[in-house]
Amino acid sequence: MTQQTPNPAHIEYVTRIGDNALILGQRMSEWCGHAPVLEEDMALANMSLDLIGQARMLLTRAGQLEGKGRDEDQLAFLRTEMHYRNLTLCELPNADFGRTMVRNFLFASFQVLLWERLLASSDTELAAIAAKSLKEARYHAQHAGDWVVRLGDGTAESHERTQAALDYLWPYTAEFFAANPTDEAIAAAGIGPAWSELEAAWEAAVVPVLNEATLTVPARTPFKSYGKFGRHSEHLGHLLSEMQYLQRTYPGAQW
Amino acid sequence: MYTQALDIPQQSADKGPRVVENPAYQVEFDTKIDAGGYIEAKDWMPEAYRKTLIRQISQHAHSEIVGMLPEGNWITRAPTLKRKAILLAKVQDEGGHGLYLYAAAETLGVSRDELLEALHTGKAKYSSIFNYPTLTWADIGVIGWLVDGAAIMNQIPLCKCSYGPYARAMVRICKEESFHQRQGYDLLLQMMKGTEEQREMVQDAVNRWWWPSIMMFGPHDKDSVHSGQSARWGIKRISNDDLRQKFVDATVEQAKVLGVTMPDPELKWNAERGHHDFGAIDWDEFWNVVNGHGQGNVDRLAARVKAWDDGAWVREAALEHERKRAAREHQAA
Ligand SMILES: [Fe+2]
Ligand SMILES: [Fe+2]
Ligand SMILES: [Fe+2]
Repeated sequence: MTQQTPNPAHIEYVTRIGDNALILGQRMSEWCGHAPVLEEDMALANMSLDLIGQARMLLTRAGQLEGKGRDEDQLAFLRTEMHYRNLTLCELPNADFGRTMVRNFLFASFQVLLWERLLASSDTELAAIAAKSLKEARYHAQHAGDWVVRLGDGTAESHERTQAALDYLWPYTAEFFAANPTDEAIAAAGIGPAWSELEAAWEAAVVPVLNEATLTVPARTPFKSYGKFGRHSEHLGHLLSEMQYLQRTYPGAQW
Repeated sequence: MYTQALDIPQQSADKGPRVVENPAYQVEFDTKIDAGGYIEAKDWMPEAYRKTLIRQISQHAHSEIVGMLPEGNWITRAPTLKRKAILLAKVQDEGGHGLYLYAAAETLGVSRDELLEALHTGKAKYSSIFNYPTLTWADIGVIGWLVDGAAIMNQIPLCKCSYGPYARAMVRICKEESFHQRQGYDLLLQMMKGTEEQREMVQDAVNRWWWPSIMMFGPHDKDSVHSGQSARWGIKRISNDDLRQKFVDATVEQAKVLGVTMPDPELKWNAERGHHDFGAIDWDEFWNVVNGHGQGNVDRLAARVKAWDDGAWVREAALEHERKRAAREHQAA
């Protein structure tokens, strides 16, 4: 493969998508052994595995594009908060099973739309990753959506918890569709869609499920989060401290 | 898995199909067992056989799910993404083993909820190996190598045990366990090729896990309470001491390749016996851990109980949603 001049927007874009998968995969792996039923332990581990698999392909791709010889592990374990580009939503603590499922539903529904569009990316490697990941995201959205309906339209307690989870998470979804010059360059180069193009489709995918779950869709507020631009919540630092512990403690060791 | 070949007496729930003790059926059952045939869920079986199986299979199932905790302790700290994925997949497999085994136990007329209740109240046991802590990343490799390794030795004979559903579950499980063992060993090989600190971690983990691993085969044959009857029923085909010897012989060679030493000065080849001799096992420690006084007993059980209690609202919601849905369907019809 001929090495072209790295396009910073392209690297940034692939890093963002990869970081989303890595950070949410890490969060989901925290459930392992602690889920409400054994079947959900298995399902959450499975989805975490899918996301970590996506992250590995995407960070490897980002490293190739960057051309500085950084592999998936150097990118995962040796970057600090300000160099992470995931959506803030992905780094928020799991809290209870309800919040975990609402988050998975909101995020996976977004990922489905993104992967669908990336099938036609001018970056053929990214398109290949999208083809593989789309099936996984569809399953994640289905699985989490089923739970959102059960929990929202379940008992009084489960309804209350699920509505609280939605109220907490919803403001962070505005970040899905926020754009900066990177995104304009990406859309112009045919690498990926402009985020604004996904917003209506995303709402059309999630709102009917939230309605079926008898949940009230919160109104948009002035709240903004900026994880994908490198300004995170306080939660990411703790997640990285834990995740990066061995690589930081034993620099250069092979595992 | 992780059976420890220790069939610990416990109160078992007196539920399930009523079994009429019938001499004619008994003869048929004995004949089938003696011919090496399988007993299936619908077949007549003696009540004591059924109870023993429920106890053994459920202890095994509980061991699989409690066993998710010590290894789960390192998933979020795995040193590379590949190792994280391998460990997640492994722990997920253990959950799957729990599922197959609960399903096998359910064929004997108990429910998974009843079995979990017995675990949560401390009535049912699980393999005490999981009451030891996982202190470094090397523990993940050593558990795969020694603990899954010992489990395989214990379980391979169960693939031919007399109860069909259990035997079939064990065939699937054993395949996955040997994969776990190879992955654990591979993790250790990589660490032993690394830095002085990494090698020190591996040796330290071997020092801590060696004795507990060989205790997994259970008490010496002369002290084993249930072995005679279980052998008669084809639920236990090879004795604890024979399995333990087989494990020690196989493992010593693997340790040499790895470059670690076992914490047993008496461990050496005995040409006359054609086996390795090894030092005396500290059975006081074993029984202390079995009886609830190991480092992790309280925390492990508390973690399982917490997961179950925290999930109660989720399980209730799922049931309530199903009721509502069925009611709506009924109304529409
Ligand atoms: Fe096992
Ligand atoms: Fe297992
Ligand atoms: Fe295993």
